Amino acid sequence: MAAKKLNMRKRYELLTRGLGWDPTYQPKEKVFSNETYEGIKITDWSKWEDPFRLTADAYWKYQAEKDKKLYAVMDSFAQNNAHLNVTDASYINALKLFIQGVTPLEYQAHRGYARLARQFSGEGAQIACQMQSIDELRHAQTQIHTLSHYNKHFNGMHDPFHMHDRVWYLSVPKSYFDDAKSAGPFEFITSVSFAFEYVLTNLLFVPFMSGAAYNGDMATVTFGFSAQSDESRHMTLGLEIIKFMVEQHEDNLPIVQGWIDKHFWRAYRVLGLVSMMQDYMLPESPMSWKEAWDIYFVENAGALFNDLSRYGLRMPKYHEQATLEAEHLSHQVWGIFYNYIHAAAFNVGLPTEKKMDWLSEKYPNTFDQYYRPRIDMWRDMEKDGKRFFNMGLPQLCQVCQIPMGFTEVAKDDPMQIAYRMSEYKGEKFHTCSDGCKDIFDHEPEKYVNAWLPVHQIFQGNCGGAEIPDILKWYHFKPEDGGDYKGSADEKHWKEMRGEAATEATTDSTEEPVKATA
Amino acid sequence: MSENKVFMIFQDTADARPFIDAFEQENPEANLDYQPGLVRIDAMGELGITQEVVSEIAGRDVDLQELHLTLISLSGNIEEDDEYFKITRH
Repeated sequence: MAAKKLNMRKRYELLTRGLGWDPTYQPKEKVFSNETYEGIKITDWSKWEDPFRLTADAYWKYQAEKDKKLYAVMDSFAQNNAHLNVTDASYINALKLFIQGVTPLEYQAHRGYARLARQFSGEGAQIACQMQSIDELRHAQTQIHTLSHYNKHFNGMHDPFHMHDRVWYLSVPKSYFDDAKSAGPFEFITSVSFAFEYVLTNLLFVPFMSGAAYNGDMATVTFGFSAQSDESRHMTLGLEIIKFMVEQHEDNLPIVQGWIDKHFWRAYRVLGLVSMMQDYMLPESPMSWKEAWDIYFVENAGALFNDLSRYGLRMPKYHEQATLEAEHLSHQVWGIFYNYIHAAAFNVGLPTEKKMDWLSEKYPNTFDQYYRPRIDMWRDMEKDGKRFFNMGLPQLCQVCQIPMGFTEVAKDDPMQIAYRMSEYKGEKFHTCSDGCKDIFDHEPEKYVNAWLPVHQIFQGNCGGAEIPDILKWYHFKPEDGGDYKGSADEKHWKEMRGEAATEATTDSTEEPVKATA
Repeated sequence: MSENKVFMIFQDTADARPFIDAFEQENPEANLDYQPGLVRIDAMGELGITQEVVSEIAGRDVDLQELHLTLISLSGNIEEDDEYFKITRH
């Protein structure tokens, strides 16, 4: 008979205890030089316990199996030309935004957790961060690999990492991660593992991937859920680190609460892009942003913070405002993109009548009153051949970097655009909300250095003074942006499906427009 | 029992089936919500499964950590060992 296997607790202990050592060539605070400067006091790392007691052998075994399953789906997807089975090619625009805006964040997270694995001195936390670092790299790779199939047939996906570092709307997710990565290790992990992953990431992956399934995109469903299966472990790490910090020393509590307030608001602003993807970019939406917010934020975060109140933690500041905005957010963000789609690497279009009715039903307090009239007006303008494009450059929020398009919903004045202003060293800085203003005022010396795309264009740092120069500098191709109707993607989609194009067809032997790296 | 919900979300696949069925069987109060591609299981205060029941449903000896393969998301405090997996609110 084989020797009795060690139990899970024992296996985990052996992996995470006693493998570290006290350095002798250099003082400990020099070896782990990032651990103290944020003011977080850790007295005993041995109190750290990961609730998912995954050992290295189990980790590799399960991750290998996840990848095997995913690659099998990707192969059959490509073999069967399954991109032809999605509900409509306009759906692909959500994937473009995903690979431009989200996939590079996975890579940034990979780098961030690698730093944490090096800088935390507790072995349990080191191992959790190492695993997460590898997970995040896997996510970036599997997303690129899966979407490479779409890249053969559709525009806008050919150079996401280059775009991520330059493009005006991608500076929104990028600057959030840059903010977290340029902070200390405890703030980074509070931001990404807790505020983003535990509190908000369900809003990105669960309804969006379910939406992919609803729209016939099994490849995206599979990579999304494959990534999300790691996310459960990451969320648990986020919860654990919060509890650990506040249990270690009472001085940690106000620092941690401040970070939760800040990064909740930062991450919430980034998710404005997701609200638009969910409500406007999926031809068929299984769930509205507002419904997802109610389930995954109001109910779930409510329960979470009830649990955390025993440690003295409370709900993040301005969460009530975010909940009030849930009925406005997607309409306002989509409106911004409708204005500027000529400078984007994906397409939008006015919602169909069916979609308008769905929006009325899902947003009974806001859509017909505030947003339907604007869409009707834009539709009339299009009919008259006066499609409205905003040719000026927008003022950006100094913190979240989103064009100033959000309104005073919390002040019961939803038609008034919100502007906030701070002064620092004699200069004026503008923010879009009380949440962003608070963040600026707390660390102005950080945010005055923000790389704001509009300012950079005006300073001449973005390839030229004219829009085509700037788009070239972004590596956009002329066919990447604009309205979906009449786009190169729509034309190519109809050709692939053997349907007649909406407008007078050009020579059908013409090469389909392909975006290749 | 806590007034606050816990939840587990699994992929709606054959591999997840023994886990989903075990949650349903071992937590009579749980709600199951089927959405495209996924199943969300929620309950007030606590949800749990045992290795014995999962193995019986699967017809083989299941390691509970296999749930990592098909788990999409969860919310609550985790307690786990070789014989059980539990998620709770305080």
